Amino acid sequence: MKRDAWIAVLLFALVALLPLSGEAYWMRLGTTMLMYGVLAMSWNFIGGMAGYPSFAVAAFFGLGAYTGAVAQKFGMPMGFAWAGAGLLALAFAALLGLALLRLRGHYFAIASLVVAEVLRELVNSMTGLTGGGMGLNLPIPAMASVDIQARFFFYAMLLLAAVTFAAMLLTANSKLGFGLRCIQQNESAADMLGVDTTLYKVSAFMLSGVFVGVAGAVYASWVYYIEPPDVFDVLYSVKAIVMVLLGGAGSMFGPLIGAAAFLSLEELVWRNYLQVHTGVLGLMIVLLVLFLPKGLLSLSQRIGRRKMP
Amino acid sequence: MPLLYLQILANGLVLGGLYACIASGFSLVWGVQNVINILHGSFIVLGAYLAYFAYLQAGIHPFLSILIAIPVFYAIGYGLQRMMINRIIAAPVLLTLTLTFGLDLMLQNGMILAFTADFKKLVLDPPLGTIALGEMVLPVDRLAAMVLALALTAMLYLILSRSRIGRAIVAVRMDREAAALMGVNVPRIYAITFGLGVMMAGASGPLLAMIFPISPLGGPAYLGKAFVICVLGGLGSVPGAMVGGLVLGVVESFGALWFGPEHAITLSFTLLILMLLLRPHGLLGRKGYE
Amino acid sequence: MSALLELSGVTRRFGGLRAVSDVTLSVAQGEVLGLIGPNGAGKTTLVNVITGVHPASAGRVRFAGEDITRLRPYLAARRGIARTFQIVQPFPGMTVLENVAAAAMFAGGASYGKRARDEAMQHLRFVGLAEVAERSAAALTLAMRKRLEFAKGLAMRPKLLLLDEVNAGLNAAEVDQALALVRAIAARGVTVLIIEHLMKVVLSLCSRIAVLHHGELIAVGAPRTIIEDPQVIQAYLGKRYAKSQAGVHG
Repeated sequence: MKRDAWIAVLLFALVALLPLSGEAYWMRLGTTMLMYGVLAMSWNFIGGMAGYPSFAVAAFFGLGAYTGAVAQKFGMPMGFAWAGAGLLALAFAALLGLALLRLRGHYFAIASLVVAEVLRELVNSMTGLTGGGMGLNLPIPAMASVDIQARFFFYAMLLLAAVTFAAMLLTANSKLGFGLRCIQQNESAADMLGVDTTLYKVSAFMLSGVFVGVAGAVYASWVYYIEPPDVFDVLYSVKAIVMVLLGGAGSMFGPLIGAAAFLSLEELVWRNYLQVHTGVLGLMIVLLVLFLPKGLLSLSQRIGRRKMP
Repeated sequence: MPLLYLQILANGLVLGGLYACIASGFSLVWGVQNVINILHGSFIVLGAYLAYFAYLQAGIHPFLSILIAIPVFYAIGYGLQRMMINRIIAAPVLLTLTLTFGLDLMLQNGMILAFTADFKKLVLDPPLGTIALGEMVLPVDRLAAMVLALALTAMLYLILSRSRIGRAIVAVRMDREAAALMGVNVPRIYAITFGLGVMMAGASGPLLAMIFPISPLGGPAYLGKAFVICVLGGLGSVPGAMVGGLVLGVVESFGALWFGPEHAITLSFTLLILMLLLRPHGLLGRKGYE
Repeated sequence: MSALLELSGVTRRFGGLRAVSDVTLSVAQGEVLGLIGPNGAGKTTLVNVITGVHPASAGRVRFAGEDITRLRPYLAARRGIARTFQIVQPFPGMTVLENVAAAAMFAGGASYGKRARDEAMQHLRFVGLAEVAERSAAALTLAMRKRLEFAKGLAMRPKLLLLDEVNAGLNAAEVDQALALVRAIAARGVTVLIIEHLMKVVLSLCSRIAVLHHGELIAVGAPRTIIEDPQVIQAYLGKRYAKSQAGVHG
């Protein structure tokens, strides 16, 4: 664990240097990458560690975005709005988890997917509060310059990503993480061995929601205009899964590597093949699932064959 | 019963018949091989486009397009399963879902490029008009679509219950290992089942084209309905899809009346979640089938 | 000796079928009770009811004086009820040591980390699996997996250990080893309920035997009495044999 922690510190320190380049484009990309990293790492709690195929990331993201946005609309300062969004996402994940986590396999996947749709429709209809289909404008942050604003959001996402990583590292090396592994391998056997499966699963689900919720709120403040189909987009859920698959579920850094790789590919395709970019994304997913289901890291394992210690 | 309710009920049943048809193929694939085909909705849309262009450019009536769609989509489904999905048939739920999701993205993008993103509407000339049943009024196109949908569904049911292949499919659904031990070629059955599923999707396309506008991004909406119907009616059985379809149709009709049509989706999805929590194997399904 | 486990009128229905029917049985602290019966008699179902996997449809289960009828499996495990499985279920992706450490941690109350691992190693030594501690659990032979089940059961610090067909699939030498292990466990003061088919095991190990047939308890008593009980003979070998035997010994 210590080694992973030091590597992470180094990694995040390097990334923190990005704004020195002064390029707005790179900072925007970096902020997005960090956000993707949060989504991927969060999904890992419930999908990777506990083994429950959750598609709820979009629900938490949208919920967080709208909570933060509405809070700011009513005058709450940004930081508090973000914290509030996180807390609401946490509570929502707890309730949702209690309801849904007794479903397994496909049923759980569909239910979690459908939640985002239902939330989107609800938000769409609450026009008084959320602006409904016409979207919601947030108060533009009062900062000295566009550049400073860009840096601010970059560092905000960096901090969030670092916190998420720390949470992931601590969980993986704790009793909770171990219990989740047991649940993922054989849930009924884990139950018989004394693991409180409900408590652990719901905890993992809550962890998978809280950071995503804050990310949503930060995103909303960053782009200062959101609409329901924008933030409750099921693609967020799919991308989170794809990123973890891409990076490989085995290591701590898998989700981050996957997020970086995914974003690079996405940006390349977006810049050069705009019209077919969803198609290319689809193709990427297909190739990934068929040929590299254990992710990029498995490639390195195949190349540098390691011996059993 | 007041006339309004009767009318709404009738509308719901007509719609329900259509829904049953679009869900039956999806339910079959899920029930037999435990694969959720995210492409199902988009195949329906593709079938709709087929009918649209066939009518526009060659004057082929949508009812005839169904006959064209049947072999074409069966072949597509069979090929898709054989080439790709079979490779990961034993993989966890997550991978199969993600794969079909990726394929769906490709199909949707392809359709946007080929057909543009604006809505297309297949308007029959001359229009079929309406028919009066007592004091109720029903549009003939919907009624005809429902009848044909029921015919298609019945055809699937007959295939499953009467033909040798059909019985093999049911055997695999009940117990894959036992079926294999009895000499059933399971991978081939999977390919056939998937072919049938996609065939039902593509063949429903022309029916839906006659009633609803067509858009390349319309797949997920149909997929959502298929989900709800499967959960309502139970997996892998045509009678289940029938029950689920009719229930959904009626619920949507009355829901539109009481809550407004814009909440139709929320209503059906809430129903889905309630069913999953209370009775996940559906109204007709058997317990222990995940 | 006081009763550790008390079953009163326990019934378990699946649909219309009564897998376990009105079973009343006491297991005294420190004894080794054998549970026998033909296939499908309901033995494993009874164990499932005791451990909370299936709630009893009727009747009560008391453990150490506490009513545990409605208790969830993980809580029963923490109260000191451990069981092994007929079809062994290790955590395949984890090492042998991790498997036992899990049992020590979640049911046995050992703290996460070194304590759990040390305890796990102790149990592995006890069952003779210490050399394979770092191997993947999926890579073990059947006999070793059975011993892993023992180790896991012990790591749970059980007051009551339910053994379900621990000898299925083992050869004669392996059965003797398993027998020795069970004796050693019982010697430590653990109460054991053992479901078994092999008569030699049951006769040499158990102080009492209970016989289930079609879900009903048809006999309980000392081994010698049980094997001569006409109802038991009838259950295993059929009415005609029983009658003919009765004629012979009659």
